[in-house]
Amino acid sequence: MTATLAAPLQVDTSHGVVLYLEEITVSFDGFKALDRLTLYVNVGELRCVIGPNGAGKTTMMDVITGRTRPDQGRAFFGQTLDLTRLSEVEIARAGIGRKFQKPTVFENHTVLENLELAGARDRRARRALTAEPGPEDRRRMEEVLELVRLEGEAHRPAGLLSHGQKQWLEIGMLLMQDPKLLLLDEPVAGLTDEETERSAELIRSLAGSRSVVVVEHDMDFVGRLGGTVTVLDEGAVLAEGPLEKVQADPRVIEVYLGR
Amino acid sequence: MDPSARRSLLAAFLRATPRAGWWGLGMAAGLAFAVVPALHLWVPVSSPLHVSDYTVAVAGKIACYATVAVALDLVWGYAGILSLGHGLFFALGGYAFGMYLMRAIGRDGVYHADLPDFMVFLDWKAYPWTWAGTQHAAWALALVVLVPGVVALVFGWFAFRSRIRGVYFSIITQALTYAAMLLFFRNATGFGGNNGFTDFKRIFGFPISAPGTRVALFAASVLMLLATLVLCRWLVESPFGRVLRAVRDGESRLRCLGYDPLRFKLLVWTLSAVLCGIAGALYVPQVGIINPSEMSPANSIEIAIWVAVGGRGTLLGAALGAVLVNLAKSWFTQAVPELWLFFLGALFVAVTLFLPDGVVGLLRKLRPARRARAARPAGAKGSIEEVVA
Repeated sequence: MTATLAAPLQVDTSHGVVLYLEEITVSFDGFKALDRLTLYVNVGELRCVIGPNGAGKTTMMDVITGRTRPDQGRAFFGQTLDLTRLSEVEIARAGIGRKFQKPTVFENHTVLENLELAGARDRRARRALTAEPGPEDRRRMEEVLELVRLEGEAHRPAGLLSHGQKQWLEIGMLLMQDPKLLLLDEPVAGLTDEETERSAELIRSLAGSRSVVVVEHDMDFVGRLGGTVTVLDEGAVLAEGPLEKVQADPRVIEVYLGR
Repeated sequence: MDPSARRSLLAAFLRATPRAGWWGLGMAAGLAFAVVPALHLWVPVSSPLHVSDYTVAVAGKIACYATVAVALDLVWGYAGILSLGHGLFFALGGYAFGMYLMRAIGRDGVYHADLPDFMVFLDWKAYPWTWAGTQHAAWALALVVLVPGVVALVFGWFAFRSRIRGVYFSIITQALTYAAMLLFFRNATGFGGNNGFTDFKRIFGFPISAPGTRVALFAASVLMLLATLVLCRWLVESPFGRVLRAVRDGESRLRCLGYDPLRFKLLVWTLSAVLCGIAGALYVPQVGIINPSEMSPANSIEIAIWVAVGGRGTLLGAALGAVLVNLAKSWFTQAVPELWLFFLGALFVAVTLFLPDGVVGLLRKLRPARRARAARPAGAKGSIEEVVA
């Protein structure tokens, strides 16, 4: 198995594009979850993907992370890495981090241990026996703790955190992975207004040094993030552009308000 | 490995077991290596302080069981892999060493032949290929590690790679040990059929039922238990253990973080099987028999009950559970043998319902309460958080 290759796969983003999805089709029992979806994400870009339920947002994330294999189409990470051929583990190691809709932190591990798990430089079983985090790793963990405002909770089990804090911890774990491309699935579902504001701030600060793709229902939140918006409907791209332009598109209005 | 890395590894190894733990281990070792041998060998039988043959044999046997329980707790409590087939690895280790013990009988068997009695009875003229080299203790000891290890590695590779988990995995392990039992029941398999191996005469040249040999086997079993506890403690306290607990709590999430759970599960699963094999090899010379009933599904379920009673995910609790349940079993099977299985079933139900964290969980729950009571008069401003912490 190639998943144990010592060196992580290198991403070639020399053309300024980090993610290529071209003509992706995925069907489940005849139902087309994705229908010739084409989407590009640039280096450092903050991209919001919106769309009604069943538009194919989650399936798109699954294709990018290797969880679902497309029936047709091409998916590339940078110029060279074919996402349809790599395993989930290899894709994660190559630098694509994913945050799930439901916060999935390790509840019995402390906040710090969650970050340690995410930040370990060598994730092979043999190395995990001896590799305690070094001073540099500790510094990074402290930085991330501060960024996600969990300094005071470092030694508490993650299961005791509030819903919002779990969401932030999960973003913190992604930051420890230091991915080139971050996929966030509904990062503010179930958060209070104040927590949502804080999350928007955090996500905006993440783009630039890395590419971020946010899947969201909430138009208001998408507006606060800024960036390019892609509207999905029935497994394909319906419209793309700045939020104002997209919102003015009659087909988008039809999809959102017509139901 | 450079010297400083080796030193830090040693330091981590020593640190994994807390100081109180080392004291406890030291005391247990002292008991096994000095107190019990002295009381057994040199205190006259008439003295109330004399430790009888029977006690030494039962204690040695329970130490082997406790080792198996700790090994199961490593995979069940920390990696979330519930094996209901660990009796198989135990029995395989026992059979591997049993082959050596059978050959060590020499011509002292019933038929005074070169081959073991059961082979003479079956009219075999030579040892089957599986017995090759087992007249050498060293090769038999290697088999004790290799056979359970390879079986676990191959089985684990296919099961974990196919992402078989939870109750499905448990059922397959039951089927595995059951199938092995049926295989070993056949005379043609070459391991004594339903009678298995017995009537051992000597081990490494010493008479097997001499008091000195008994005490040595008992001490070796306790040493094995203590070593297993220290090794497993180190493993679960290391970064490896942190990943292991994450495998238990969220395997697919862990995959997203770029870990390959397969390797972690396979390593710990194989290690656990090897530990069981060694325990089995120590067990067989002490009880004097190994037969396929050791592989019966019920036996393996009993191992899981020991762990559940003591407290899953605590290591020490698993050993404690094995000791408690087996002491109860010794008593029951003498006093009211027909009630034993009812008691065992009731115990499992009761522990599941009322003590989900076992005996150790109960002790832990009681301890903070005691500490809080002790702290209250002293700490004037003691906030809730301080008490909880």
